[in-house]
Amino acid sequence: MQFSSYAKGLALAASLVFVAGCSSSGGTQDGSMDGTSGSGAAGQGVGSGQVSGTGMNGGNGSSQASQQGIPSVRTIYFDFDRDTIRSEFESVLNAHAQYLRANPNSRVVLEGHTDERGTREYNMALGERRANSVQRFMSVQGVSPSQLEVVSYGEERPAVRGQNEDSYAQNRRVVFSY
Amino acid sequence: MKALLNLWLAALLVLFATQAQANLTIEITRGSDRAIPIAIVPFAVEGGGSLPDDVAQVISDNLERSGQFDPLSRNSLIARPSSSSDVNYRDWRAVDADYLVVGRASEEGSQYRLQFELMDVLGQRRMIGEVVTSDRNELRSAAHYMSDQIFEAITGLRGAFSTRIAYVTSEGAGDDMRFALFIADADGRNSQEILSSSEPILSPAWSPDGTKLAYVSFETERPAIYIQDLATSQRVRATSFPGINGAPAWSPDGRRLAMSLSKDGQPEIYIMDIAGRSFERMTDSSSIDTEPSWSPDGRSIVFTSDRSGGPQLYQMDVASKQVERLTFTGNYNARGRYSPDGESLFLIHRGNNGYQVARQDLGSNRLTTLTDSRADESPSVAPNGSMVIFATQQGNNGVLGAVSADGRAAFRLPAARGDVREPAWSPFLN
Repeated sequence: MQFSSYAKGLALAASLVFVAGCSSSGGTQDGSMDGTSGSGAAGQGVGSGQVSGTGMNGGNGSSQASQQGIPSVRTIYFDFDRDTIRSEFESVLNAHAQYLRANPNSRVVLEGHTDERGTREYNMALGERRANSVQRFMSVQGVSPSQLEVVSYGEERPAVRGQNEDSYAQNRRVVFSY
Repeated sequence: MKALLNLWLAALLVLFATQAQANLTIEITRGSDRAIPIAIVPFAVEGGGSLPDDVAQVISDNLERSGQFDPLSRNSLIARPSSSSDVNYRDWRAVDADYLVVGRASEEGSQYRLQFELMDVLGQRRMIGEVVTSDRNELRSAAHYMSDQIFEAITGLRGAFSTRIAYVTSEGAGDDMRFALFIADADGRNSQEILSSSEPILSPAWSPDGTKLAYVSFETERPAIYIQDLATSQRVRATSFPGINGAPAWSPDGRRLAMSLSKDGQPEIYIMDIAGRSFERMTDSSSIDTEPSWSPDGRSIVFTSDRSGGPQLYQMDVASKQVERLTFTGNYNARGRYSPDGESLFLIHRGNNGYQVARQDLGSNRLTTLTDSRADESPSVAPNGSMVIFATQQGNNGVLGAVSADGRAAFRLPAARGDVREPAWSPFLN
């Protein structure tokens, strides 16, 4: 969201937009995991279907990027206390890299998230480390740094609630937020 | 431009600081076997009737919650004196009360005149006799004041019942969440919303004079540190650098704010001079450095760093920036907070049973786990050092818990709905 100085003067109107508008654009589009953490074939090409997603364009579960649209799978998951990109998600990152290279005016926020265990500010740092890891991967794939921004949410925005490994696994994630 | 922005932020707060309530209730979960038996007699009201708030009950609840007292149940009260001149000490020895509190109230216009007395039953002497006047709707505050006097007279430690706590509530998950920052009395009552947002709010920190809160809010969809005046609701955005703006911690003199900023690539500890808006970088490592907290004398900062692999606590001499590792027990020790006497640290320690509140003695470096829960966070120490409030889980909900500094007594403060976390205990306010 951008506000002109003039709009800032219009305190009432601006405030309303400001607060009310935050959740939809600042939120996350989460895919859900097929099965449990770490299962499934790894390292297959684009469209291996290890993850399903429900993106803004109503993704159909394939991680195949169309040449025109933003890839529908926008969430990748991490192992506990790790920031390494799991091989089964490389295809997802490659699809986003391809899209961003083809659309140099497009920008994406890489939202880093952790599960709820541990302290909040330390988790804020771990979430940033995960998003940074994705940012590095994208840079290596030739995406311009100006198209990428990292924002860590730590454990503050869980995708699902629950104190079990399945919930934790769904919350340890980086979300591509276009 | 900055003034305009601040005005705009103030207007936003006026608009959204609604009268929402999120009072917390108290459940005692662990009593101390060393608690002192005390009898607290309901206050007599001149002309009959009862007080709008049961002052004796508030005092009783306060003292019980401290873990240091075991108030007699009302059924066990052998008599109902309202003045020391009516007290038969032998009666109270017979029911094993070491101390006795009596009082009486009279209405004077819109106010109450409350006389209360504390007696040492074994010594057969009056320790306190005081008159307090209170507005009708301030009776709980008067009861907190009396609790402070009673607590200090018996334990020698200043009471912290008239203090407040800040905390964050949240509801929902994923895209659809509401966050709010509250302050409430130390017993969870009288809650008042400070800020609400659809974006995360965390890490509230009281200024040492108790007039301001610093906190992290994502309301612009990026983290930023704000400082808000509690009396006027006016606030300023202290930092909004690219990356993490987190973990604000006031220096004891209230002039500086330690924080964690990742604008250099990874989270580093910075100290901000609040008036001069200048920043000094304190750490220089390729690791995570966060969760700073000042020693009471202002000379040191304890912080969390994973420079050794996992998170551990380190202490920095602020003048020389020399760093020393403090924790060696286990592979996860984070979010340290000094005790008010500077002699120990309260922290989150991961042991075999999960994440728990622990205390480390800084002389012996011995670490003691204080809680038996599994997912504790955010310990914050009462200004008299007697209790630590923290966030924990009860069922699927986040609740606040508190434990005495010796681990002997514990209670919980669940909310009516949603999650509660990020408690911050205020300094002494009077």
